[in-house]
Amino acid sequence: MDNNERRNIILSNYQDNTNRKDVDDNDYIKVNSRNASCIDNINIYIKINNNIIEDIKFNGEACVIAISSTVTLIKNLINKNINDALYIINNYEKMVEGLDYDVNVLNELLAFDDISKQPSRKICATLASRKIKEILEKSM
Amino acid sequence: MNREDFNMLKNNIVYFDNGATTLKPNCVKEAIVDYYDNYTANAHRGDYKTSLVVDNKYEETRNKIKKFINAKENSEIVFTSGATQSLNYIVFGYFKNKLKKDDEVLITVSEHASNILPWFVLQKEIGIKVKYIELDNDYKVTIDNVKKAITNNTKVISLAHITNVVGDVRPIEEISKLAHKNNILFVVDAAQSIAHTKVDVQKMDIDFLVFSGHKMYGPTGIGVLYGKYDLLEEMSPINYGGGMNAIFTKDGYIELREIPTRFEAGTPNIEGVIGLSSAIDYINNVGIEKIELYEKNLRKYLIDRLKELDFVEVYNYNVDSGSIAFNIKNVFAQDTAIYLDKYNICVRAGNHCAKILSDALKVNNTCRISLSFYNTKEEIDLLINVLKNSKNIYNEIL
Ligand SMILES: Cc1ncc(COP(=O)(O)O)c(C=O)c1O
Repeated sequence: MDNNERRNIILSNYQDNTNRKDVDDNDYIKVNSRNASCIDNINIYIKINNNIIEDIKFNGEACVIAISSTVTLIKNLINKNINDALYIINNYEKMVEGLDYDVNVLNELLAFDDISKQPSRKICATLASRKIKEILEKSM
Repeated sequence: MNREDFNMLKNNIVYFDNGATTLKPNCVKEAIVDYYDNYTANAHRGDYKTSLVVDNKYEETRNKIKKFINAKENSEIVFTSGATQSLNYIVFGYFKNKLKKDDEVLITVSEHASNILPWFVLQKEIGIKVKYIELDNDYKVTIDNVKKAITNNTKVISLAHITNVVGDVRPIEEISKLAHKNNILFVVDAAQSIAHTKVDVQKMDIDFLVFSGHKMYGPTGIGVLYGKYDLLEEMSPINYGGGMNAIFTKDGYIELREIPTRFEAGTPNIEGVIGLSSAIDYINNVGIEKIELYEKNLRKYLIDRLKELDFVEVYNYNVDSGSIAFNIKNVFAQDTAIYLDKYNICVRAGNHCAKILSDALKVNNTCRISLSFYNTKEEIDLLINVLKNSKNIYNEIL
């Protein structure tokens, strides 16, 4: 992926507010994710039904990488079963860490393949994935 | 002004984060190297020449600080590791023994964490009440609002002289008069003011004062706790060990050294004290009044230039210190900071350790510029140009 394409994906997802809202509904599991060393701070709401992720919403304040990676990840996870979702997250996190990963499941998340070269931004790019992974593992 | 004294400024950076820590003039570094090269020894210990030199430097520095803040006695100056440790010492060494359940401590939401959290702990431990003086529309503390907050149970008012986000300057002398009229002790956190305006503990009639060396052109890891002598006499040491005891015996008897030595257990931060000494000389040579005036004019210039930019929001137009909180509209503070960093402009993004202030500001995170006398109009012009070109900010930071 060239820089332009990367940037376009990151930006358009950053500006995509479809799933960016608070939810007040007991069917959703709510979790907060923040980075203590910076100021990223979002709430994530996940609705799981019969092993399927039916919906994810989020809201909060964070940098462009954190917000955009959250939006992109959420789009990739909705309607997946928990196992597939975890597979995507694990491969995304491998990519962010600069390890070998399965390129076939990440779709637009591939726009973040550069992050592994920017150590200080890894925590931004995994703001949502870390917490969503925790919830999914607990729900198995 | 005086830019040639700072080697860091030769690294092609615009340093606008002086509220976090200031750069160090070469003389501070040289004083520290001189200690390591020419008279390394412990303090208060040896019977040989170099050790005596260390002792003299150490106590000379105490005297210098006494004069710098116009304390009455050298013994009122305690060396600590910084403002944070000083505040913790005051809260846990003094007030923990003095306050009782339902006694009230007045602070504000714009205090630094180090002037909030220790009080929270006392609230939990002994049931004191932490109360907040209301801020006015410019986030300032007014005398009327202090009056309103005082009750019969108020025992302490603990405030920053200048706050670290909004940069408002508190009317210390007036608050002090009001406090003492009501038998309230007044703790002042001078971390953000000590290098930028004159602090006179007698004129301001301050009971306890704290500040850090590293925000006044000195080294990190050294700071000061000032307390009126009578109050320090009633303060308990927090650290016990070498240097602070006069006698101790097998059965557990301890006799403490005099004040302030009893509060400085263990080998002190000697290089810190020596560096701080040089930093104070440096400030005295430049002149605190001159610094204040220069920074005031620079701030005015910065504000005037920022006003030209309709896409920039400034949160504290109406305060008098060199600290400006702003955001590019619709851009997250940290993204702005990363963008400015591309141009080697250092600003701080965040809530600046004043987490509960965000409710008052109605914005969680801001970029902060905090000025020093070595900043220039040219640096501000550069900042403004970079901000003007920020339309494609994401292209640059992604
Ligand atoms: C107003 C204020 N008080 C206290 C402190 C704590 O200083 P230190 O971290 O040097 O102990 C700071 C530092 O940012 C401050 O700005």
